Amino acid sequence: MSTTVDMFRYVRDENVEASPPPNLARGPIAWMRENLFSGPFNTILTLVVLYLLYVSIPPLVEFLFINAVWTGADRDACRAETAGHPVGACWAFVIDKINYFVYGSYPATERWRVDGFFALLAIGVVWLLWLRAPRRDLGAVYFFWLFPLLSYILLTGGNWDFRDSFWIGFIVFSILLVAGIALAARALKTSMRAGLIVGIGIVAVIGITLALVEIDWGLEHVPTALWGGILVTLLVATVGIVFSLPFGILLALGRRSKLPVVRLASVIFIEFVRGVPLITVLIMANTMLPLFLPGDMTVDRLARPLVGVAFFASAYMAEVVRGGLQAMPKGQYEGAMSLGLNYPQMMILIILPQALRIVIPGIVNTFIGLFKDTSLVAIVGIFDLVKTIEASRIDPNWAAPTISYTGYAFAAFFYFIFCWGMSRYSLGVERRLAAGQRH
Amino acid sequence: MKKALVSIAFGLTASLFATGASAQATLNSVKQKGFLTCGSNTGLAGFGVPDAQGNWTGLDVDLCRAIAAAIFDDPTKVRYIPLAAKDRFTALQSGEVDVLSRNSTHTMSRDTQLGLDFPTINYYDGQGFMVRKSLGVSSAKELDGASICTQQGTTTELNLADYFRANNMKYEVVAFATSDETFKAYDSGRCDAFTTDASGLYAERLRASAPDDHVVLPEIISKEPLGPAVRHGDDQWADIVRWTHNAMLNAEELGVTKANVDQMKTSENPEIKRLLGSEGKFGEAIGLTNDWAYRIIKNVGNYGEIFEANVGEGSRLKIKRGQNALWTKGGLQYGIPIR
Amino acid sequence: MQTAVSQAPSPKRSFLYDPNVRGIFYQVLLVAIVSYLFYAAATNAIDNLQRARIASGFGFLENTAGFDISQTLITFSAAGSTYGEAFVVGLLNTLVVSAIGIVFATILGFIVGIARLSSNWMVAKVSMVYVELLRNIPLLLQLLFWYIAVLGPLPQPRNSVEMGAGFFLNSRGLFMPRPLYASDVWVVFAALAVGIVATAVFRYWARKQQEATGRQYPVGLVTLALVLGLPVAAWVVLALAGANPISFEMPQKGTFNLQGGMQVLPEFVALLLGLTTYTAAFIAEVVRAGILAVSKGQTEAAGSLGLKPGQTLRLVVIPQAMRVIIPPLTSQYLNLTKNSSLAVAIGYPDLVQVFMGTVLNQTGQAIEVVVITMGVYLTISLVTSFFMNIYNRRVAIVER
Repeated sequence: MSTTVDMFRYVRDENVEASPPPNLARGPIAWMRENLFSGPFNTILTLVVLYLLYVSIPPLVEFLFINAVWTGADRDACRAETAGHPVGACWAFVIDKINYFVYGSYPATERWRVDGFFALLAIGVVWLLWLRAPRRDLGAVYFFWLFPLLSYILLTGGNWDFRDSFWIGFIVFSILLVAGIALAARALKTSMRAGLIVGIGIVAVIGITLALVEIDWGLEHVPTALWGGILVTLLVATVGIVFSLPFGILLALGRRSKLPVVRLASVIFIEFVRGVPLITVLIMANTMLPLFLPGDMTVDRLARPLVGVAFFASAYMAEVVRGGLQAMPKGQYEGAMSLGLNYPQMMILIILPQALRIVIPGIVNTFIGLFKDTSLVAIVGIFDLVKTIEASRIDPNWAAPTISYTGYAFAAFFYFIFCWGMSRYSLGVERRLAAGQRH
Repeated sequence: MKKALVSIAFGLTASLFATGASAQATLNSVKQKGFLTCGSNTGLAGFGVPDAQGNWTGLDVDLCRAIAAAIFDDPTKVRYIPLAAKDRFTALQSGEVDVLSRNSTHTMSRDTQLGLDFPTINYYDGQGFMVRKSLGVSSAKELDGASICTQQGTTTELNLADYFRANNMKYEVVAFATSDETFKAYDSGRCDAFTTDASGLYAERLRASAPDDHVVLPEIISKEPLGPAVRHGDDQWADIVRWTHNAMLNAEELGVTKANVDQMKTSENPEIKRLLGSEGKFGEAIGLTNDWAYRIIKNVGNYGEIFEANVGEGSRLKIKRGQNALWTKGGLQYGIPIR
Repeated sequence: MQTAVSQAPSPKRSFLYDPNVRGIFYQVLLVAIVSYLFYAAATNAIDNLQRARIASGFGFLENTAGFDISQTLITFSAAGSTYGEAFVVGLLNTLVVSAIGIVFATILGFIVGIARLSSNWMVAKVSMVYVELLRNIPLLLQLLFWYIAVLGPLPQPRNSVEMGAGFFLNSRGLFMPRPLYASDVWVVFAALAVGIVATAVFRYWARKQQEATGRQYPVGLVTLALVLGLPVAAWVVLALAGANPISFEMPQKGTFNLQGGMQVLPEFVALLLGLTTYTAAFIAEVVRAGILAVSKGQTEAAGSLGLKPGQTLRLVVIPQAMRVIIPPLTSQYLNLTKNSSLAVAIGYPDLVQVFMGTVLNQTGQAIEVVVITMGVYLTISLVTSFFMNIYNRRVAIVER
């Protein structure tokens, strides 16, 4: 017996004294004793944290609110020596520059168009993210086609000048495409109707898109060099999400494909993009994209980082979607195949709707990362919110000691509201999905 | 066919915003577009800076306005693209801008290795230093051991290294990507001295939180001939840019101003007659109308006028003409004769 | 769909229905498109480079740089050094800030992550606010904030704060004595090596002893004594013998700034602070998730064995949580390394700032510079993942 006792040497060999009965007292003091001062160590911790809070919170509140300057026309309002009192945050500066922070140099008379873009964006986001919104399939069509198109026309003015020969070419191309599909359907002896619907659908979407951008809506052209501020921040984020989701799904499918070449290409792309910092991708888009295009083609300065951000976000999105695909039980694939569905049908009708649903939190988290990363376009000279603040804080009219802090505090507040809101949403969805899994 | 395919491939994302410049002669493409695209500074007081309404002003901007005036008889037909120092040459090479007019130094390597031409010099400058008065420094030679803020990717950074090496002095360089960051770092006390072109020093000093606390040191440590740049290989376009500047110089020399240019049209002076197009077909020779110079002066003014208004006594910068005076007044600006 | 079903049993199936044939067709199509894009991009690039007369090739790495860099770990001068050396300087600066950042971020991240699960309500809430606040604000903004926050209150060099022992603080950074090594300094380093080896041996022995007898030894104290004590002893002995192995160069006040000594740039401090606090917020979440993944029964069992809460955490919970923690922790380390490229915004001379900034601008050779820079980050990523995978496998195997 003694040997077995030796083996359990960590076990006490006499009884521990019985713990006192649980404290039944309620009320704040009992709560505090239990949660804050439940032992010497905890008491010390609490006191240390209290001290830290005492050191940090009152000065912060004092800076942000009590000593803050809310009204004023120039720097005199925000300098202690001219204002005659200690000066905290200079909100008057933000209020004075707010139009610049929101619209950049977008012409004042045309700013309703930017507001229109914000409204269109809000509609799309609510439609897609509110899980009980009606017709969310139409919402997807809106968000990934109609909304980008309308925003483009609204923001730039549209009114492209196609030559007649372009339209003739387009009609010839359409006829050829539809005829090709018809021929292929015939060769494969499948239903002609489905093929034609798809073909005509593609042609119609492209045609409507082109027609809409060509129509002269009477909107003055606003070059992208004038765009700036929150408009650009939201635009970069929107382009990122609109492109990254479809492209990321394609990459994820590619990575899970049985075809070795497709898989290899997807893996290389995804791992390459995820292995390098976004800023190098942006610099590459900025300096190398023009070199890779034919000599007489140039890409708009704003479009370059957009391309970079879209690619970058796609790679991260692909990994999120892949997680969802892998989480699908094999039975779903087998069930779909046993119904006689082909690959696209299986993916579009069975797998993706379920896989995407379970990765909504992951998608939103990627989007939060993307949203924060949009601030990096400032480094390649795009006037997003951070850059407009950087540019404003050296305005001599507002040269005052607290201007920089105020500008950054404003930007931090803006980003925090958006990101924190999104992360709350993603948590909520996660909980709902978890609840759904349980029954 | 190849180009068509490539445009389709990249088109989905990029060409939505693509602006189609073309390989054809720049003048034709500018006329076709109906406006000139001008690469400007991201904001340098006196040379190229947008005001609160987004209208661009400055000496370099006025050169673009003058070119637009010569082509369209309308100086407002310019679209400005603000370019950081590190983006400016690629933007010109790729055809994004027709002319780069943003205080760029004409150097041999840029002229010969970057595919650029510098048709003329519109401002003779040199690199200088600015320090806080409280340091009590009166010469750049006393900067041994100082921290110096500079902008990366410029000739400034190289000149700085050369100067301190030549004078056997030590220094600590702090390089930033944009002029804004550089100056802000200096202004917040990160560096003892700030270096850039002398004209830039005067312009930036206006942005200091207390401009009077800073002083520009007398030493000029480099030659910085600043001028507009165009793509190499389009001689006609280079001619237009070159002669736009020279027309403004000749106008100043001949006393033709924005105000009196209409009266001067009747002048019997053959030089003025050639300048304003009543004699000879000089405008047509560069693809413009013969009253090209008249348009420039009427719409923008002569060199002296734009200098005074933007950087000279009529401006907040108050830079003296110095090397930029006409050759007749001891400066380097020498209007090449129109004949 | 009906047609598809009725078609299936037909014996005259076109070969186009063969999934293998289709697969090959799709792959050939993909290869064709991708190679075409590469071909088009390459020919366009060659075309454009020739037209613009931009030099190409990697020969530029041999050319004299002609500019200076503020923080250099190898000797670098504008006159004698090449672009290639500038690249090395930038790379080392990136690695230094990443390595130090990783250490601090791990420590802070574990503290905050454990604090989030603390039974102390206030500690838990404060760490939650910390995590939420830092995770939801862009790093760039935090770096810009830290930079002015670090620079703002620091005095000009003339009013340097003297911290004693040769440490000074001013707006040019933190200055400290620079160690100068004499030739017999090897003895000290040898003592250090001996100390480390002895510690390892002692720890192994102590563990064996504990497993066999249950007796515990003061491992921490002995480690400290061996690792620190031995070299210090060696130093003291040498110094007493009259051969001082290490002396210090103290920073002296010069005209503008302190001369001599070692200088830590404010840019470095700001970048380090930003990277550390930001990444720690993410690591905290990783740690929290890892700890929560360890079943409560483990903690309760450890408690019933008589382990104190600290011991429970250190000996029972963390080792098991590590399995869950390691993979996401690896990606946080990589994120920190990649995020160090934001140095460009505050003028710290990292790889991107020096190479993709200055060198790219001075040479104009965009393609080569971008390819090299991206290659470096890619290599760092792959190598780190490789080693972390090995470590991960070692930790995972213990599960049996």
